[in-house]
Formats: sequence, structure tokens, C-alpha cells
Amino acid sequence: MIGRRAPEEPSGHITNAHSASETVGPTLANIVVTGCLYTLIAIGLTMVYGMLRVLHIVHAGVFAVGAAVGLLIFTTAPVGFWPSLLGAMLAAGVMGVAIYYVGYRWVLDAPRGTPLLVSIGLFITVQSLLEKEFLIGPHVEGFDAATGLPAFTLGGFAFTPIQTAIVVSTAVVCAAVWLLLNRSRLGLSWRALSEDMNMARSLGVPTERAVAINMFLGSAMAGLAGVLVAVYENAVSAHMGEVVAYKAFVVVVLGGLGSIWGAAVAAFILAAFEIGISTTFGGLFPRDAIGFAVLILILLFMPTGLFGKRLD
Amino acid sequence: MDAYLISVLTFIGIWIILAMSLNLLVGYAGQVSIGHAAFFGIGAYTVAVATVNLGLGFPLDILLAALVSGALGGVLGLPALRVRHDFLVLATIGINFIVVAVFQYTPALGGAYGIVGIPPVTIGGIEFLGLYMLLLVYAFVLAILALKALLLRTWFGVRLIAVREDEDAAAAIGISVASTKIWAFVLSCAGAGIAGALYARQLGSVFPENFGFVESVTVLTMVVLGGAGTLVGPIIGAIILGGLPEYLRFIQDWRYVIYGLMLTFLMIFERDGLMGPESRLRAWLGRGWRTLAADRGSGKP
Repeated sequence: MIGRRAPEEPSGHITNAHSASETVGPTLANIVVTGCLYTLIAIGLTMVYGMLRVLHIVHAGVFAVGAAVGLLIFTTAPVGFWPSLLGAMLAAGVMGVAIYYVGYRWVLDAPRGTPLLVSIGLFITVQSLLEKEFLIGPHVEGFDAATGLPAFTLGGFAFTPIQTAIVVSTAVVCAAVWLLLNRSRLGLSWRALSEDMNMARSLGVPTERAVAINMFLGSAMAGLAGVLVAVYENAVSAHMGEVVAYKAFVVVVLGGLGSIWGAAVAAFILAAFEIGISTTFGGLFPRDAIGFAVLILILLFMPTGLFGKRLD
Repeated sequence: MDAYLISVLTFIGIWIILAMSLNLLVGYAGQVSIGHAAFFGIGAYTVAVATVNLGLGFPLDILLAALVSGALGGVLGLPALRVRHDFLVLATIGINFIVVAVFQYTPALGGAYGIVGIPPVTIGGIEFLGLYMLLLVYAFVLAILALKALLLRTWFGVRLIAVREDEDAAAAIGISVASTKIWAFVLSCAGAGIAGALYARQLGSVFPENFGFVESVTVLTMVVLGGAGTLVGPIIGAIILGGLPEYLRFIQDWRYVIYGLMLTFLMIFERDGLMGPESRLRAWLGRGWRTLAADRGSGKP
């Protein structure tokens, strides 16, 4: 999408993987699964925005690195899918913390565009590094892993094992985030920091630690999503993050910035919208362009999103 | 001069025009855009269609490219009236994606295969290749530099800087922020269109992937490296980032890694770039340079 690649090749769509069969059931399952993946990516993004007020573009890089690390562990060590997934989440989380300490920490007081440009610079760096031959390289690699989970049918919707893994992981992550935010001291300090960082700091909230944990968990979710998307599509590439991450911004802005539940709802709306359009009109429209146009329209006419309070 | 050097210098000239045009928007009007390559591409595609399909010649084709890019820049700059700062950047990234998608999916524009066979500029029977094209490009560089310097001395230049420094205060003293921003987009994108026009003529072909997100980041890095809001900054940035990769193989292979790191660390450590008013290089070069290059927000009415 961003260039170095002909448009015929797989271009980081989450949604086009298994949508060939044309009954209603698979399409609805597809919407659910795609919505789950968008949710996973967007939650990390909105957590970072809620706390640091940074548009965290390099989240896309973390997502791709997660997929690459997952594949690396899966192919080199005989540990199977779930440990590879854990390793990928760990690596992504560490990367998120590193991004905070190397980049954002120094520019939080700078004008609003500055942290974003820091983020874009880091994203270009990470993506270009992944494109090097000693990492992923310029081509697409397969990631054919068995999750060991059962396929199941719920109310007429058939879920494949990897789709089961996606739905279950999303449910677990959402529950964990809710618990953390509302039932823990850490969540309390996150909420305090996102209200007013300086005030919270002066009242004794351990800012650095809370932010570092926030970056770790948000980024680990990007790694989780990266591995799940890679297995779902059976594809890992250096550019897999760029379109997905931009769509995550659509989700985050539509949901209202910093609103985690808004993001989850918006993720499913976007998934339904996209899959609806692509199954109705086939390949007529460049689907990504529609997503970007939607983002611009939201920014113009509904800048607070569906559930957001303000956009300052 | 050997042909390779001429070609490198020609492309550097084109980058200079592109970086100067972006600087008007980013450095003077304070509207950060990561969609500038889109307008570069619109200019290039306009010339491709004008010469290959319509048979237009120089200078009509370049004029048309500037008009089309400028007009579209004005329209696509409308988000700047509603959103500020980082959300504007997000919107401009989206615009770049959409424009590239239009290039890729429009059969009349050649789709993914682009448009080839663009003839070189011909004036009075002479084909402008090599040295002639080099001179033509630098004539444009000088003309645009002069225009920009003049523009900044007008009332419009003051309005730009006022909007950059504080939109609300500018509005409070009666400056029309909306028209200032839109005109900044129009002029900046028209400049990008001219750069794109020369690029298409020099290269002889245009492809969608030449005008993507990465290219937009590259141009912005040139501006930021040199120093946004200075006259010489973008020129220096374009010379460094346009020239070095051609001669250092290592940099060629790692260029986007280096550009990315450069953008990140410039933003952290030297936000004013090499030639900005507060930069270390400028302090070191001393007063002579400071007066030659001084113009950032000097507040001269």
C-alpha cells in the first residue's frame, strides 16, 4: 500500500483471508473475527493515546515485529504455537517500553506534532529494518501454525481453530483490561495520569512505572494481534503493519480517542462496514482508500468520535 | 561533466523545489503535512497525461501541473480548517494513501504500470536532456526561491507566520486564519506540482509507488534536517539527503532506516534543524551566516 509493492500482492488486509465462501454464516464469522483483531490492535493504540496524548504510529511496527518474532520462535524452537505467541508478546512489550524511553519520554512537553513525527520516524526505521534480508526480507513468509484449539459452531456461525483463538484472546484481553482499569491500583493511577499527568505526579503517582507498564501491555497486545493475523492469513511481511495500523486509527478516532470501549465498538462497526462493502461490490473499490476516506470524514465532521468527550 | 553527476544534480534540484514548497507549509504556515508526495505525484501525472495523451508542450504542461496540484491542494487542505496539529498530520497521511490508490486503480492513469514514454522538454527544436535539463531545473529553483523570498516579505508572509505562532491570537487581530491556511496549501502544493512536472520530464515515466508515504516522510525529513522556516534549510536538507545516497553505497542500502532515525532524533535533540535560529551549527557558523539566512519569524511587518 505504501509503495514498494504491486497492488496484486497481499496488502495487509485482515479481512480478505477467508471470505471466499459466500454464505451468510462465514461472512458474519468473518466480521466477528475481523472486529476482534481491530479491537486488539486499537486497544493498545488508545491506551497509549489516553495516557501520553501521542498518536502512536509505530504501533504498526510493533505489530509486525510481534509477528516476525512469533514466526522466528515457532520455526527455530520446537515449542509450538502458544509459547511462540507468548514470546512474541514479550518481545513486543519490551519494544514498547523501549519506544517510550528512547522516543516519547523526551518530547512529551513539545508541540503536539513533535511526538507524532518521532513516532513516524521510528515506524519508518522499524519497517525498513524488517525489510532487510537478515530479518523478514522484502518477500512474504508463511506462518502455518496449529493452535490446538477446536473448531466450533455457534448459532450457525462456524469458527475455524485460529478464529477461535482470535475470539478467545480478544475476550480474555478485554476482560483483563477492564479488571486492570477498574479494579486495580495500577488502573487507578492510569486514569489519574490520563486526567492530568503533572497533578498525578505531584500527588505521588509513580508516573514512569505506570507509563512503562502501559506501554508494555499495549504493545504486547499489538504483538498478540500480529501473531494472530499472521497465522490467520498465513503471511508475515515487513509491510503487514502499515494498512492495519492506519485502520486502527480509524477505529480509535471513531470510537472516541482514549475510550477503550468506544474503540471496541468502533472496531466491529468498521469490520462490518468493510466486509459489507467488499462482499456487495466485490473488488471494485480500493478498500483501503475507503478506510482512509472514512477517517478524514470522521475527523472533519465528528471529531469527537462516537463516545469521546473531547478532542483537544 | 559526466552524465551520472548531471542526473544526480538534476534530481537534487527537483528535491530542492519539493522541499522548499513543503517548507512554506510546514515551516512558515505551521501546518505539518505528511502527504506532500501526493501533490508531487499529481504534478507528475498531470504532465504525463498532458504530454502523452494531450500533446501539450513546455511550458504549458508545467503550468497545468502547478494549477492542478495547487487547486487540489486547496481542496484537500480543507481538513486543516477543522483539525489541528497531530490530527492534521493523520489526515494528510490519509490523503496521500487515497491519491496513491487513485493512481493505482485508475485505468486511464495506467494503474500499477504507470505512464511511460513522457518526452523530454523541447524548446525550439532542442531536446532538453542532460545539461540543458539541469540548467532548466535550477532556473526553476532560483525562480521559486526568489518568489518565496518576496512572498515572505509581503503582508501574506506575515499572516503565515502569525498563524503558525498562534492561530487564536492571529484571528483576534483580524487575520483570516482560514484563507491564510488554504492559500498556504494552494501555493505549497503548486510548488510540489512544479517539482513533479520536472520529475516526470526528467524520468520519462511515472509510477504510483514513487509518490507514497515514504517519499512524503523523506521530503519532510529534508525540511526538518535543514531547518523548517528558513530559506536555506530545505536546500541544505535536499542536497544532503538527495546527494549522499547516490555516492555512499552504505547509505543507499539503508536510506530509509537512516531517514527514519534522523527524523526521530532531530525531533528530540535539534528540533530547529541544521540552519534553524537556535541550532548549534548556526551558532558555530557565526554571525555572517545568521544574517544571510535569518528570516524565521523575525516579525518584520
